[in-house]
Amino acid sequence: MSGLIDLSLVQAVQALRKGDISSRLLIEAYLERINQLDAKLHAFLAIAPEKALAQAEAADRRLQAWRRHPEEPLPALLGIPVAVKDVLCVAGMPCTCGSRILEEFYPPFHATVVERLLSAGAIILGKTNTDEFAMGSSTENSAYGVTHNPWDLERVPGGSSGGSAAAVAARLALVALGTDTGGSVRQPASFCGVTGIKPTYGRVSRYGLVAYGSSLDVVGVLGRDVQDVASVFSQIAGYDTKDATTLDLPVPGMNVGEQADLSGLRVGVPEEYFIPGMQAEVEEVVRQAIHMLEKLGAQLKPVSMPHTRYALPVYYIVAPAEASANLARYDGIRYGPRVPAQTLWGVFRQTRGQKFGPEVKRRIMLGTYALSAGYYEAYYGQAQKVRTLIKQDFDAAFKDVDVIAAPVAPTTAFKIGGHGDDPLSMYLEDVFTLPANLAGVPGLAFPVGFDQQGLPVGMQLMGPHFREELLFRTAFTYQRATEWHKNTPEMVA
Amino acid sequence: MTLTREEVEHIANLARLQLSEEELALYRGQLSAILEYFSQLQVLDTTEIPPTASVLPARSVLREDRVRPGLNREELLRNAPEEEAGQIRVPPVLD
Repeated sequence: MSGLIDLSLVQAVQALRKGDISSRLLIEAYLERINQLDAKLHAFLAIAPEKALAQAEAADRRLQAWRRHPEEPLPALLGIPVAVKDVLCVAGMPCTCGSRILEEFYPPFHATVVERLLSAGAIILGKTNTDEFAMGSSTENSAYGVTHNPWDLERVPGGSSGGSAAAVAARLALVALGTDTGGSVRQPASFCGVTGIKPTYGRVSRYGLVAYGSSLDVVGVLGRDVQDVASVFSQIAGYDTKDATTLDLPVPGMNVGEQADLSGLRVGVPEEYFIPGMQAEVEEVVRQAIHMLEKLGAQLKPVSMPHTRYALPVYYIVAPAEASANLARYDGIRYGPRVPAQTLWGVFRQTRGQKFGPEVKRRIMLGTYALSAGYYEAYYGQAQKVRTLIKQDFDAAFKDVDVIAAPVAPTTAFKIGGHGDDPLSMYLEDVFTLPANLAGVPGLAFPVGFDQQGLPVGMQLMGPHFREELLFRTAFTYQRATEWHKNTPEMVA
Repeated sequence: MTLTREEVEHIANLARLQLSEEELALYRGQLSAILEYFSQLQVLDTTEIPPTASVLPARSVLREDRVRPGLNREELLRNAPEEEAGQIRVPPVLD
């Protein structure tokens, strides 16, 4: 049994094709892990065991037929177990977004990324926990309870894709989909010691993703290593007629490329990402990883990104402003619970007041204020202009370097409840991930070491728009030369 | 920068959020602190800087205007809190 969950996605695909393992046994192994461990972790909000097993049997029949006719094409992820963050619509399964306001909501359609996963033969195990409407950095804002970090159950897994990150780290899923509006794939990947891609804005369809900040939201992938992540990314990315913000550009294949070293690669190191107040071990470990890139042949160059510090106030104006509009649709009329009242106005106010959680209400109010008459120019208008300056920092840096290397978060996973009732101190956790969202560039987070308490430390590579393959190749070369991504929490061993 | 209780109530009204007295007090303090933190943006001179609404080049996407299958009405109504005669039931819109 333990042998099955030790296979990476790439290994499992090969073993399934050879007939060394069956999809049914693979799915059973993961469902058993969920049964054993999810009471401790709470990574999942819903699981679909019967459906998954039925799909696995269908996959096995297809694999058997294929072995007789191996010249026939086979879907790339046939028989592979995946988990999906509960902000993405899967028809036939609830989609709560971690919120009471969507309790019992069953979307009548699949998100495009889900459609593509299923067409590629993947099997959905269940939906993973998230901060309510993806607003948070710890999953503590889920209305259905916090997810625990598999490396230390007293700590958060990061967020908002914390359920997906914990599920992959604890091997309750082979790979998982997440979303990243301000770091929500990369930061939990870093806290849980897994690899996660935040693609370029416009690279992956958001049709069927419940909107939070529409100029920032992207769907990403979390997995055990770069190859696994790239394999899923190549299946879900690309133009979609149902999402006008996707671009019709070729998608790099899942083969991350064989290259001996990183010679010729220019890696930018922005000093603005190493700030006073960050955990000293995080800085130390990330600097060592950057040094490793140099040992692998890359050329390091200091770059200056002077507007980095403004990313936090810009994001926390732009994202809540967009959220205040996007979340206007939750009014107790068409879906979700309705709190009864005499008037329509009363239904809106009561339903929203009672069913949204504290952080969502806070951000709706913040966004409403920033967009309101008399304050629009000072807040939203100014934030949009400073966003231009942040984007220009990236444009300038990418004239001199191919990729930028930086820490993912200023700390490793913090204790559950560690930020108390201080929203601003929680927002500061996002300080290194927000700029990539504001500029729309891709970011790839992967484990590069541990702090003294044995908690994973992540590094991120950021690249120019639509250059995910450059990030994959660089991180793949790093992972081939190192072992950090192979470490697992005790509950896996 | 400190918001008044009335300002917080006004924002909550605009956002259609019914808040308790405790919530109004809590958000008053927290939003004031966050807005104070945002004030650092005011020091930047951005008079010559164009705003960024989207990082993608703006373009219109058109498609042929023809009938295609949509979502199933029965399935959609299954999510509605109150339903009557194939429609969503709501409280009176006009008094």
